[in-house]
Amino acid sequence: MRKVAFVLALAILATSLVAAQEIRVGGVGPVTGEAATFGISTKNGIMLAAEEWNARGGLFNNRRVRIIFEDDKGDPAEGATVYTKLIQQDNVVAIIGTVMSKVTLAGAPIAQANGIPMISPTSTNERVTLVGDYIYRACFIDPFQGTVGANFAFNELKARNAATLFDIGNDYTKGLAENFRAQFLKLGGKVVAFEGHPAGATDFKAQLTKILANKPDVLYVPNYYNDVGLIAKQARELGFNGPMVGGDGWDSPDLVKIGGKAVENGFFTNHYAAADPRPIVQEFVKKYKAKFGAEPDALATLAYDAAYIMFDAIRRAGSTRGSAIRDALKTTNLDVVSGKVTFDSNRNPIKSAVIIEMKNGQQVYRSTVNP
Amino acid sequence: MGSIFSIQQVINGLQVGSIYALIALGYTMVYGIVRLINFAHGDFFMLGAYAAYGTFFVFNALIVSKSGVTAFFVLLASMAAGGIIALLTNQLAYRPLRYKPKLSSLITAIGVSMFLEYFLSALPMVGPSYRPFPDVIPRVNIKIGTATISNIVIIDILVAAVLMVGLTLLVKKTALGKAMRAVSQDKDAARLMGIDIEKGIAFTFLIGGAFAGAAGLLAGMTYPRIFPYMGIQPGLKAFIAAVLGGIGNIPGAVLGAYIMGLAETFASAYNSLIGEGIAFAILIVVLLVRPTGLLGEKTADKI
Repeated sequence: MRKVAFVLALAILATSLVAAQEIRVGGVGPVTGEAATFGISTKNGIMLAAEEWNARGGLFNNRRVRIIFEDDKGDPAEGATVYTKLIQQDNVVAIIGTVMSKVTLAGAPIAQANGIPMISPTSTNERVTLVGDYIYRACFIDPFQGTVGANFAFNELKARNAATLFDIGNDYTKGLAENFRAQFLKLGGKVVAFEGHPAGATDFKAQLTKILANKPDVLYVPNYYNDVGLIAKQARELGFNGPMVGGDGWDSPDLVKIGGKAVENGFFTNHYAAADPRPIVQEFVKKYKAKFGAEPDALATLAYDAAYIMFDAIRRAGSTRGSAIRDALKTTNLDVVSGKVTFDSNRNPIKSAVIIEMKNGQQVYRSTVNP
Repeated sequence: MGSIFSIQQVINGLQVGSIYALIALGYTMVYGIVRLINFAHGDFFMLGAYAAYGTFFVFNALIVSKSGVTAFFVLLASMAAGGIIALLTNQLAYRPLRYKPKLSSLITAIGVSMFLEYFLSALPMVGPSYRPFPDVIPRVNIKIGTATISNIVIIDILVAAVLMVGLTLLVKKTALGKAMRAVSQDKDAARLMGIDIEKGIAFTFLIGGAFAGAAGLLAGMTYPRIFPYMGIQPGLKAFIAAVLGGIGNIPGAVLGAYIMGLAETFASAYNSLIGEGIAFAILIVVLLVRPTGLLGEKTADKI
């Protein structure tokens, strides 16, 4: 009996020693559901970053990183479950995730309460990092995207009458629309329609007919790609030929598959463009293409960057303690693919944005905008 | 106000109504004949859309055919898929419970609905994500005065109209239709008259499912993205349309569907939040004021 206990104890000790070598980091993204391409790109970006760090000998003291990736299905309730599972069952030391603001807002309080540092690659809603001092993000925030969109519509497209259509059930699209309106008014333009549509809608014609009756010269549609595709098609069907402007939610190959020709004359603000000539961008694009057979979108890029920021913080902390990693994150000063990153006092990164144009079914880099 | 009650909004409403009407017909027929609210009906709609999607790509890969020919076969496939699955659902799930308490069938209907949604989500070739639906026929916009109408909208309304007229003729003029009506009026008397009531019921499911399948194709063409849960919302709305028109009543379902489509469009144009809720508000008002629906007859036992 005693022998058995001894062997058992030894086995437990051995496994815990092996496990201690590895640093477990959680990854979260909507791999299925309404924003599936976002989740897949996010997963790819994180996995590529982890692979590169492990090839270089791990995060610190030769301790390799192991990513435990979970699917939040783009659903806040699912997101909360997954965060709890990662923290309590998998004992991760940090979390990289998740994509959609509404889901991140469900997961972040759980990470904060457990003292687990997290970085969201792409949740642009302002409130995300205000959840607490353990919550960071790798992307710029809604006010900035809305502001850039309005500047672009007013100055470059010379629009004076703007209309917006956004998803009232989604913090992200609402945030962008509100900030677009504020900036467009400030520039001296007129917002002739400010319409919401219910979440999960497929028919937008009632709202679009009403909006178009006010003769806008630009339509601001800060939705996710699959809604944008439908909205663009229906707006063109109703005879609107003017430009449409949106945010990084447009960044998906499915945008053109759903919207077809209707998304031509469309522009959106984004975090990065694959055509950016900086060497760090070109090297990343090459590696990503070789591994996944596709050009990385902004989601993949920001996930990769978020992972780099988190791994760099863990390396500098030299510890897996939550508070140590949190303190290291605060002093981040790192060159990543989407630009040089430092954090402000609200744990938002300070960096640049690009404008991308939809031309012949392709994304074309148009310009870079600094904060 | 002009933009809320314009010709354009009427066209928008008719389009929404056409899709509801095709789904509502199946709901109302099945209720009329077996007094069952078939909650899986919205999923036959979804299956129709997926069958159309698959058929379109098979056709495009095998033969470079004229789009008209492809469109015909795509329509056929969507109706066949909706109809056959509806028939199987009846034979496997509802028939064994025919003379058991009504609640068993109702719960089974919810079970079948969930099974179809989650089973398709789990299939690797379908999956839970959105799929962009291809342009089965090219889109053309036609301008009428200040309003714009696309050929897709015209097709939606026409297909719905043709199928409805066909159904009315079938029910009113053929022997099979007579049998269906007889079964819906009195099962026992119908059986005593030598009518094969199971055949009548099976046929009702087949037709109802086929209509839902056709609606799935139309919805895919109009709103070009499909996913396994796409049937839930339209199914619910079509059910309300059927109740509004008088559940069990065929012209009532069509009338209810168009009223719903127009009401939703006008309400959404006024305020998006009201648009989503108006259907349910209508349902409550109808149940309070006229529980049998607009064209429904008074009977003792309703839902």
